[in-house]
Amino acid sequence: MNSYKMNLNRRKFFTNTTAAVGGIGMAFAGVPFVGSWLPSAKTKAMGAPVEIDISQIEQGQKITIAWRGQPVFIVNRTPEYVKMARSISDEQLRDPHSNESLQPEYANNDVRSIKDNILVLVGLCTHLGCVPLYKPKMGELDSTWKGGFFCPCHGSKFDLSGRVFKGVPAPTNLSVPPHKYVGENHLVIGEDA
Amino acid sequence: MFKKSNSILLFIYTMLFSSLILASDSHIKLDKANVNVKDYASLQRGAKIYMTTCATCHSLKYVRYKELAKQIEMVDSSGDILVDVVQSGLIHSDSKITDNIVSALSVSDGQKWFGKSPPDLSLVARCRGVDWIYTYLRTFYQDKDKIWGVNNIVYPDVAMPHVLLNYQGLKGLSASNAHDDHFVNLKLIKQGSLNETEYDLMVLDLVNFLSYVGEPHQVARKRLGVWVLLFLSVLLVLSYLVKREYWKDIK
Amino acid sequence: MDTSNGIRSWVDKRFPLTELWNDHVGKYYVPKNFNFWYYFGSLALFILILQIITGIWLTMNYNPSAEGAFDSVEYIMRDVPFGWLLRYMHSTGASFFFIVVYLHMFRAMLYGSYKKPRELVWIFGLVIYLCLMMEAFFGYLLPWGQMSFWGAKVITSLFGAVPFIGDWLMEIIRGDYNVSGITLNRFFALHVVAIPLIILGLVVFHIISLHEVGSNNPDGIDIKKLKDENGVPKDGITFHPYYTVKDNFGLVVFLIIFSTVIFYFPTMGGYFLEAPNFDPANELVTPEHIAPVWYFTPFYAILRAVPDKLAGVLAMGGAVVIWFFLPWLDRSKVRSIRYKGIFYKLFLSLFVVSFCVLGYLGMEVPTPGKTLLAQICSVIYFAFFLLMPIYTSLDKTQTVPKRVT
Repeated sequence: MNSYKMNLNRRKFFTNTTAAVGGIGMAFAGVPFVGSWLPSAKTKAMGAPVEIDISQIEQGQKITIAWRGQPVFIVNRTPEYVKMARSISDEQLRDPHSNESLQPEYANNDVRSIKDNILVLVGLCTHLGCVPLYKPKMGELDSTWKGGFFCPCHGSKFDLSGRVFKGVPAPTNLSVPPHKYVGENHLVIGEDA
Repeated sequence: MFKKSNSILLFIYTMLFSSLILASDSHIKLDKANVNVKDYASLQRGAKIYMTTCATCHSLKYVRYKELAKQIEMVDSSGDILVDVVQSGLIHSDSKITDNIVSALSVSDGQKWFGKSPPDLSLVARCRGVDWIYTYLRTFYQDKDKIWGVNNIVYPDVAMPHVLLNYQGLKGLSASNAHDDHFVNLKLIKQGSLNETEYDLMVLDLVNFLSYVGEPHQVARKRLGVWVLLFLSVLLVLSYLVKREYWKDIK
Repeated sequence: MDTSNGIRSWVDKRFPLTELWNDHVGKYYVPKNFNFWYYFGSLALFILILQIITGIWLTMNYNPSAEGAFDSVEYIMRDVPFGWLLRYMHSTGASFFFIVVYLHMFRAMLYGSYKKPRELVWIFGLVIYLCLMMEAFFGYLLPWGQMSFWGAKVITSLFGAVPFIGDWLMEIIRGDYNVSGITLNRFFALHVVAIPLIILGLVVFHIISLHEVGSNNPDGIDIKKLKDENGVPKDGITFHPYYTVKDNFGLVVFLIIFSTVIFYFPTMGGYFLEAPNFDPANELVTPEHIAPVWYFTPFYAILRAVPDKLAGVLAMGGAVVIWFFLPWLDRSKVRSIRYKGIFYKLFLSLFVVSFCVLGYLGMEVPTPGKTLLAQICSVIYFAFFLLMPIYTSLDKTQTVPKRVT
């Protein structure tokens, strides 16, 4: 009887140990499968930072470039546009200080940019991802319109610093992507300042 | 029907027969290249030679500068890539460090100038083998009947000029081995900047580099293999003990 | 404890879970004298699962177009994290699948596992083998290297030998006047979806038909003839835990050998991953030497041994088809080679030798001498089968014991 019990214990011990080690082995074996889902070198290369020469952008003009498969707006705001952006009162905006919105530290000011005139935004409406339209002119949308962006999909409105107005579906301001300047005219999107 | 099967048969036999003839250069005795892909200094020298001499015509389109630099240890003490060194030493075009290594020579131009577009060399070490490349680069000889004035023992009537001529110097066939299939010593006609030993070492660097480029993960592969086999040995012992334990029941 | 039993009985009322477990694993009685040759069935099943999983993962990054296929394989090898490991597992797995399957089939030849009442197990197994050959052939085109392309060209052109409809057949298989991206795309669909599903189904049938009659054993004894008072075969043991535990051990041994190849010899000197296949397919340049992958070479050697194209194709086809008749060609009174006479042992040895020599010859460039040797070996190969009714009847067999040894 005793040797039988001992055998059973030995059996349980070896089985459990082997099962445990085998389990560890299977976990390690899973690494290449899960790992292969990480971004590949090609993806990382394609997601590499993009450089733009901003001296080519005219005053008041907005250009769109692609970065990581997303549209990025670069707007050369005139001094008047900057003034219009500053004139919007906080009560009209849902997140005037970008507490909830994506905005890096170096763009933490009242015009959400490193240089006053050059605004850099991810051109995707924070509601459901449509590309908003650039409507910089006063009164372009209605009599109270002080310039900004308008999303045609569900009517969200943003000012000329990309901040979202109250009463529209979009929950946060248009995101400011990581970006920095190398020299006076070279804007690099995808790397932090 | 009988005639058709005969002609198809003829086609197959011709292909096989011609492959036999084409296989003639495999009778050349190839020198052994003592490749060591862990010799990072050699890999870096080889990379430099390749980028300055070969890359103008031969792309390495499956290789990225960035990955290459990281893997042949062109890094500083914290493991970051020495971007400037890579930029100045390896990138001789306006490619970015994350780009693939392409050559400036277009396919059509290559065909026009050489009769055959210079092939991409990312996989040449796996396809032809390191011994072949090592021997090939050292057996160019003078042949006044060819456009570039050279021919090659390992690859007869090759369309490639002897790009490393200035290093190796010009060699020629001695009259006795003019029609010999086997690789024998060529005689020196004009001295190059390197002597034979130095040139052989330079070619070995290149071959090392090409061998590495053919399969960049080979070092990691072997390293991982050690761990896998160690783990499996432990599991082997355990699973045997379990088996033996249960089979004690059986007489 | 209670809850798990509760769940089990809930399921059992709606799905025969415990019944299936008992019938096929827990109370499935298997001869206790299985030896080394009996590992290969479970190993084949393991490799099948492995090929499917690694195959799916490769499909995530593979591009099945003529323009993109070769590049995508290199992308997997270099840019995808661990992509190189997935690729090597799959390519090594393909070769090991055939090694294991050939050894598995050889076991049947040693112990007469194809004989009554297991003919259907044998037939299902052979159909699996045929599907496996097709699967490997279609899969080999996918890297779109020189060997992929030219190998597909040569094999698809064999269909041109069929009388009357040969050309049409060639065209419909290729989907084009020549092997092209269209061929690649359809071979991709067949390799990734169609044939794996068929193989899975056939494996289920193969195992069900085996369990219906019970496994054979190295002595060829029918263990069901001697049962104890409980109806349990005296020489039988339950599959679980005895053979689950033993097969598990066998699996680890296999994994050690498998891993050694994957991590240290992935190309296996050009036999598992052929050098010309690292060169992108070029329809204007034939490689120096076209040969099929090693697991097809015995049949390729037979094809080339016959000087006429159609006859060669028929001989090659015949060499595969003839296996189906084995259960009826073997007229021996006993199952296992242990109790058969000298004739069977002699012919089987000759068969194995000729199979291996043919395999070697199929890889080589043909010369008159090698062709003659291939012809001799082909004769031996067919003689093993065709003369079997005669020599197995004449063979002096020994008495088969009542209990297993």
